Amino acid sequence: MTTTLILEQFLNGLQSGIMLFLMAAGLTLIFGVMGLINLAHGSLYMVGAFCAATAAAATGSFALGLVAALAGAAAAGALIELVVIRRLYDRDHLDQVLATFALILIFSEGTRWVFGSFPLYLDVPEALSGPVTLPGGIQYPLYRLTLILAGLAVAVGLFWLIARTRIGVQIRAGENDREMIAALGVDIDRLYTFIFALGAALAGLAGALVGAIQSVQVGMGEPVLILAFVTIVIGGIGSIKGALVGALLVGLTDTLGSVFLPELFKLFMAPAAATQTGASLSSMAIYILMAVVLIWRPTGLFGARA
Amino acid sequence: MTRETLFNLAVLAGLVALPLYAHLADEPFTITLATRAVILSLAAVGLNMALGIGGLVSLGHAVFFGIGGYAMGILAFHAQNYMPLMETPFLIEGTKSMPLIWLAAVVASALAALVIGLLSLRTSGVYFIMITLAFGQMFYYFAISWSAYGGEDGMSIYVRNGFPGLNTLVPIQFYGLCLAALVLALGFNGALARSRFGLALNAARQVPERVRAVGLDPFRLRLVAFTISGAITGLAGALFADLNRFVSPTMFSWQLSGEFIVFIIIGGTARLFGPVVGACLFVVLEHYIGGWSDYWHIWFGLLLLGIVLFGRGGVIGLIAGKARAHG
Amino acid sequence: MAEAVLETRGLRKAFGALQATDDVSISLRAGEIHAIIGPNGAGKSTLIAQISGALAPDAGQVMLGGRDVTGLPVQARARAGLARTFQISQLAMEDTVLQNVALGALGAQGRPFGMFRPALRDRAIRDRAEAALERVGLAGQAAMRTAELSHGERRKLEVAVALTLDPRAFVMDEPMAGLGTEGSAQLTDFLDGLRAQAPILLVEHDMDAVFALADRVSVLVYGRVIASGTVEDIRRDRAVRDAYLGDET
Repeated sequence: MTTTLILEQFLNGLQSGIMLFLMAAGLTLIFGVMGLINLAHGSLYMVGAFCAATAAAATGSFALGLVAALAGAAAAGALIELVVIRRLYDRDHLDQVLATFALILIFSEGTRWVFGSFPLYLDVPEALSGPVTLPGGIQYPLYRLTLILAGLAVAVGLFWLIARTRIGVQIRAGENDREMIAALGVDIDRLYTFIFALGAALAGLAGALVGAIQSVQVGMGEPVLILAFVTIVIGGIGSIKGALVGALLVGLTDTLGSVFLPELFKLFMAPAAATQTGASLSSMAIYILMAVVLIWRPTGLFGARA
Repeated sequence: MTRETLFNLAVLAGLVALPLYAHLADEPFTITLATRAVILSLAAVGLNMALGIGGLVSLGHAVFFGIGGYAMGILAFHAQNYMPLMETPFLIEGTKSMPLIWLAAVVASALAALVIGLLSLRTSGVYFIMITLAFGQMFYYFAISWSAYGGEDGMSIYVRNGFPGLNTLVPIQFYGLCLAALVLALGFNGALARSRFGLALNAARQVPERVRAVGLDPFRLRLVAFTISGAITGLAGALFADLNRFVSPTMFSWQLSGEFIVFIIIGGTARLFGPVVGACLFVVLEHYIGGWSDYWHIWFGLLLLGIVLFGRGGVIGLIAGKARAHG
Repeated sequence: MAEAVLETRGLRKAFGALQATDDVSISLRAGEIHAIIGPNGAGKSTLIAQISGALAPDAGQVMLGGRDVTGLPVQARARAGLARTFQISQLAMEDTVLQNVALGALGAQGRPFGMFRPALRDRAIRDRAEAALERVGLAGQAAMRTAELSHGERRKLEVAVALTLDPRAFVMDEPMAGLGTEGSAQLTDFLDGLRAQAPILLVEHDMDAVFALADRVSVLVYGRVIASGTVEDIRRDRAVRDAYLGDET
């Protein structure tokens, strides 16, 4: 076990955590402002990845692929908000779960219809492929490093949007009191569509960025969706700060757990058994983390409301 | 007799008559289809005790379905390989006997429900939904990593387990067993809804503050309901595994948890037979639309969306009119 | 002086900078109605929440029948003999009127885990529930769905559920809220008779009812009890008139 390995895995954890944040931020924002639980958020992640892969394949440009991911996911988000989601704000959570579950079925099967069951490939752009040498002599894939920096930049942008802009004031007001923003003369319908499309764009961006290192396929969104749920349960629903902290915790726990837990068990178990036990336990690690947070703080680390 | 009762009796009569007819007409596939519908109904009836009366929107009930399935898989796997389950501190052997397997499935899934309930019922609303979903995923990944019992590929059981006095390999006999389990569960559910427990649980869903104010603890009521609910869904899982003679991590999948809720809604929430109608309709649609279009989930998704947005009350609501308070 | 059935000692609760209750010590003795009055925001709701157990106090104690119940949750205090009614009716609207009172009877009986026999065929539960409906004059509406009741009938049902508990003390949070003159008068008569069964801590805005019923009145302003005494004492109290009654009488 070397320092290099530890550092490399730490960066990997950071990378998956920051991508998770892009998913979780949209979910938690949508819940915080509109009170909606959206299972179809993973579908928007998938839409982003497919848009990116298709556009990149057609134009040969990864950057255009990202633009397509943002635009495609935002458009899909705005569309389902206008057609379906806005009918759900006044409904109970059960109806929201069912309707957005139906949306998953429609999105997944629709994508399969258009693109088939085989995965698409989205290549890492030429300029970002290959390793980069970090201070300390560690070789690390440049693309993954870029993901971390890009994700952090988006996070900073999001915090700025919410803390410093007019639309941010409206979002924060909306979290506290719907009637108040109506009294401020804000068009709530438009604000809600905007927030939903914003969350969708973030999810689509994450899908495209991650799609380049994993494969782009139907069903890719739901495992990430569930991780994002774990993230916001840990961070506290409605809190962007909580989403960031939760995402990093989940990303690091998941990555470091799968590498180091088997090693840890080898200290006092036979190697084969240690690998098995370590693998089983690391697959459960983030859920155990979630359970511990729940016992300690049922409303999450930064959650205010019960 | 209300229209709903009449309708329920008609459904039950259909569940008895159709497979019998298929048996006489020598159409074993139809019986298998009916068995699948009845088992999925049972799983959803289990969920309905927590969801319908208690208002607990569990998006992780496939956990219990999967645990029931694996209880069967593990016991039968050890029995067919003549390998004891454990030897120390005392000997436990595998078994091919359904009653024993069912017992193990019910106990194991009830225990899991108790632990998950203790953690998740501290929260409510959207937290509860997300947490049950997350625990479901935890079991899913655990099953995938559990290579001793097949990991991602699951396990096949070569011969269906036995029930004293029956030949379970004959489709109609196995169907009879499954139907009997469903009828018992429905009977229990019906009794429970009117019982003291049902009265208190139903109130805990609507006005938890009131329930506390009369000296009862909503948390304990919900925990008991969740545990019973998990146990019944676990039994369904054991039967499902025996129907397919196969278990795999997909029994834990979150899609299945979602489908259980869907069954209840399609049939009609808070209706005794809601889950049965929903599950049967699902199996029929899956078979017929699935045969007609490869992309049947789109049509199913649209149907579901339509029911949620416009058709409240589900199929039973459509046929039997508004639900009444039972007096 | 008879020993207090219900007593608070130095209750305090702050929400940030707002001191919602500030050293509140009040008592409720057998056979009396003790009214708590005060302007909106005086801390009455906070006080009730602390007495019933929904809110843990920052400091102070709640005693019921001489026993310290400060650490007990709502349901344990209810089992110990505290019955409360809610300002906003907490009734299972989908259920029948009888089911709502039966829930109270079930709580009083304390065995909620029976799963096979119908609750409403249990003689003990049914008798107790029907007796309570009879007393508040809702026997005729037993089979009705609660959502179909008028506002006044719901207020009566709210009281009926508390009756089924056969408590040592009642805590009533604005039972007259939203009732017309006639409804208030009826309920006033009813509460007048009820004090013989168990004393009532009555939080109420309806001054006619308070002055007609209360043996003692405590006035809560900004979380503090600024005056306490008989109706006559309170009417004469300068501070109370300035702080509260002045603009009404």
